[in-house]
Amino acid sequence: MFETLILMLDATMRVSTPLIFAALAGLYSERAGIVDIGLEGKILGSAFAAAAGAAIFGSAWIGLCFGIMASVSLAMVHGFACITHRGDHIVSGVAINTIVAGLTVTLSMDWFGMGGQTPTLSGDARFLSITLPFADALADVPVIGLIYSELLSGHNILVYLAFAMVPMTFWVIYKTRFGLRLRAVGENPHAVDTAGISVAFIRYRALIVCGILCGLAGAYLSTAHNAGFLKDMSAGKGYMALAALIFGKWRPVPVLFACLLFGFLDAVAVRMQGVVLPGIGEVPVQAIEVLPYVLTVLLLAGFIGKAVGPKAVGRPYVKERA
Amino acid sequence: MSDAKVPAWVNIALIPFLNILLAFIVSGLVILAIGENPIEAAGYLVYGAFGYDEGIGYTLYYATNLIFTGLAVSVAFKGGLFNIGGEGQAYIGGLGVGLVCLALDHTMPLYVIAPLAIIGAAVFGAAWAYIPAYLQARRGSHIVITTIMFNFIASSLMVYLIVNWLKEDGRMAPNSRTFEENAWLPYLHELLSPLGIDIGDSPLNMAFLVALVCCVFVWGLIWHTRWGYQLRTLGTNPTAARYAGIDTAKVTIWAMLISGGLAGFVGINEIMGVNHNLLLNFTAGYGFAGIAVSLMGRNHPIGIVLAAILFGALYQGGAELAFEIPTITPEIVVVIQGLVILFSGALEHMFKDRIEGFFIRRAVA
Repeated sequence: MFETLILMLDATMRVSTPLIFAALAGLYSERAGIVDIGLEGKILGSAFAAAAGAAIFGSAWIGLCFGIMASVSLAMVHGFACITHRGDHIVSGVAINTIVAGLTVTLSMDWFGMGGQTPTLSGDARFLSITLPFADALADVPVIGLIYSELLSGHNILVYLAFAMVPMTFWVIYKTRFGLRLRAVGENPHAVDTAGISVAFIRYRALIVCGILCGLAGAYLSTAHNAGFLKDMSAGKGYMALAALIFGKWRPVPVLFACLLFGFLDAVAVRMQGVVLPGIGEVPVQAIEVLPYVLTVLLLAGFIGKAVGPKAVGRPYVKERA
Repeated sequence: MSDAKVPAWVNIALIPFLNILLAFIVSGLVILAIGENPIEAAGYLVYGAFGYDEGIGYTLYYATNLIFTGLAVSVAFKGGLFNIGGEGQAYIGGLGVGLVCLALDHTMPLYVIAPLAIIGAAVFGAAWAYIPAYLQARRGSHIVITTIMFNFIASSLMVYLIVNWLKEDGRMAPNSRTFEENAWLPYLHELLSPLGIDIGDSPLNMAFLVALVCCVFVWGLIWHTRWGYQLRTLGTNPTAARYAGIDTAKVTIWAMLISGGLAGFVGINEIMGVNHNLLLNFTAGYGFAGIAVSLMGRNHPIGIVLAAILFGALYQGGAELAFEIPTITPEIVVVIQGLVILFSGALEHMFKDRIEGFFIRRAVA
């Protein structure tokens, strides 16, 4: 029983990693007042670019760079539309998701001709698992051994990075000048403008951070979690990250727990396939899969707590004319 | 900046044209980037879509779905609501159609089943839109987020229902049994051949006529009823609407009900008109494509029909193109769609402000 739990938590960590990256990405963007429905597209774009880069150059790190570049470029398109041209944030996000969904397949067919996939990555082209020090030695120690060598050790570097990004984000958002301004821009851009700080510049910088984090999420999917790019491989992770962001009420630590919860549900759904529970019967996998979305809807409706986002989110900033 | 000084044709024709042109130019660059000739590609595309009877039929068949989802997005949009849930509403609408057909096809004739299926589509689609609408109107949750979530919930629900309840016994494929032929909507080529008109075999069916009726209905509803006026007021200025005594919550909910019902009609075309059974993923992104159609059609039924035919042509022509030039996949259509959404939606101010400014300066001078 204990071992099963550890194995499920282990799976949770792996599944949650892209969600954590993407949800933190959304956090930067939305805290700065930019709604980001385009998380999904950025993840998918980065997953493709990372896999393509890794396949061509044989290095996961180069792949990661390509993934981040692709994702940041998409974030800049979003910024160009929403910040510079005061476009609708949601329309722009939908556009980015649509363009990427088509473009990744079109380009991968042209470059690799494998029905919308990239070649299978192996060796240096993937991020491989890291064994933490003493993990093997401790493996046989009861309880601690299992927790340390199964749960904590043996993940790839991006998993650890994702978890490290949470305190990092907390620090940036709450303890730095940039973070203060970022939050201010999301709540009251006029005040920031009055203080002589460029609203547009801060929002662009927030989107660059958002792009980098989505890039990490995408690269993780195609070069660490899987060995290559598959058509539509982000499979709604961006939207789930958005749900986690709302569920965590736009705050780094609760967002982490929301991601872990959603990841855990995912791991449960896989385990529950065909399992018959006493008194309930067979639990439909779909019922568990759908829980994150249902929970988010309930939260938004105010049935379980309240979700109040940044005040100026989604509103283009127009300088008042003198 | 007053609109009065800008000639009407600028807003109706020039700006949309420039936006679409830009979207096509970028698409052309994509085709160029994968080493093919965009002009040649466009040739195949146009020939595939309009070059022969069957191609035109396919174009209009795709357009049917897009008219439904385009109208759905536009009705909500008139009220300032962004309905991203067309995909889910279409999916559940199809469930309504499928259930009616499965229940009645052994006992009833088509002229009983068809109206009931249409009602089924509308009721199921509207019901799926009702919950997000209610939550937005009464509990203040954001309609965009809830409709996105409802797309995923719809998708899981359909997998569950079809795999566990509606799947044909003894078959692996996740779809229901095929309906009896009296629950099939007649194809237009079957209807027209007794009259001596040959339009080539294509999946184009009666649902196309339903789509045209819907256009007239939406046009009348929005511009010629009291409710339509309230809806447009709500969309233009919610605060003014509230001061004018309009029950904004009620208008919001009804707008979404109509929007969801219209999206649900995709099920008529797909389930009853073409597939003749209830299957997974028949909505195939039409709900999202509806956003592009509605943006391009400037939220007006006539514009939507034109935009839907253009996109239908892209789907059909794109298939032809992929057949002729194998390095170009049908997904190029998705790219074009996305670019249209980007340029005519998100970047609309890029041209609009400048061009309007130009005409205003000229009018003043």
